[in-house]
Amino acid sequence: MTNEEIKSAVTALFPTVTFDETGEFLNILIDSKDLRPLIKALRYNNEFDCDFLFCLTCIDWKTHLTMVYHLLSKKHKHAFVVKAKIADINNPEIETVSDIWQTANFHEREVYDLFGVKFLNHPDLRRIMLDEDWEGHPLRKSYVDENMISI
Amino acid sequence: MAETEKMIFPAQLHQTADGGIVVSKLDEMINWARSNSLWPLVFGTSCCAIEMMSAADAKYDWSRFGFEVARATPRQADLIIVAGTIVMKMAPVLKRLYDQMPDPKYVIAMGACTISGGPFFYNTYSVVKGVDHVIPVDVYIPGCPPRPEALLHAMITLQEKIKHETYFGKTKESGK
Repeated sequence: MTNEEIKSAVTALFPTVTFDETGEFLNILIDSKDLRPLIKALRYNNEFDCDFLFCLTCIDWKTHLTMVYHLLSKKHKHAFVVKAKIADINNPEIETVSDIWQTANFHEREVYDLFGVKFLNHPDLRRIMLDEDWEGHPLRKSYVDENMISI
Repeated sequence: MAETEKMIFPAQLHQTADGGIVVSKLDEMINWARSNSLWPLVFGTSCCAIEMMSAADAKYDWSRFGFEVARATPRQADLIIVAGTIVMKMAPVLKRLYDQMPDPKYVIAMGACTISGGPFFYNTYSVVKGVDHVIPVDVYIPGCPPRPEALLHAMITLQEKIKHETYFGKTKESGK
């Protein structure tokens, strides 16, 4: 599908989403609370059929967080990005997608480890890279480490 | 005995009618044996390890200097070449490996990361800023990564250091 076809197909299903086409991929912007139905449609509807989650990450904007999902369909050969805004930066929560793509299990653990996003219904949400007793989430802008030397 | 042969074996040979007597110092004998057969531990945490493997292969061939028996267990190793970045999570593992090595044991800090944290000195939450915060270092080699020749130079420098040790009365630890 072309970007225009994706936009019209997504808008038909979810009228509240917005789009951003400034980057390499078509971005589908959504609120974190509405993520789950959109993601399920993108995965299981035949017109989208995104069977490959090739990147999952998070951005700290100081005022809010954004979860970023890069999706790709091997059948249709289209790729696009879903960006879910998490407004509550002090207690960030979002539904897991690890039951839809197995790879999201470890990626979400990494985002939890470094950004502190809590993934609801994740099967095994614990730190993946840092020590179990590490305090804080180092990739957050608000993270302070007295041993860290800044230029 | 010729001067060159003296250099290879630290002793003097006194000819007698039915053979000869070798005279040497225990210190020199022990240091000679130790310095020419240093067994490195197989340990590498990042790109410096690639250069270290290169120093072991046929082109650079550290076995020419007595380093060929790389050991996969610290219990049989004399030398640990810290080849690569050490992060906070790796530091206790490295300390444990070092503690498991039998005395006398030596450490070469290979590359910028192990000397100071190197490119990860600023704005990092995870990198140990110099491996000498964790274990004592005998020889430092700068570089990112150092070439195999530099590693060989560090190893020969370590051999020179060992040749000046005193076995009796002064151990490596108390000598510092």
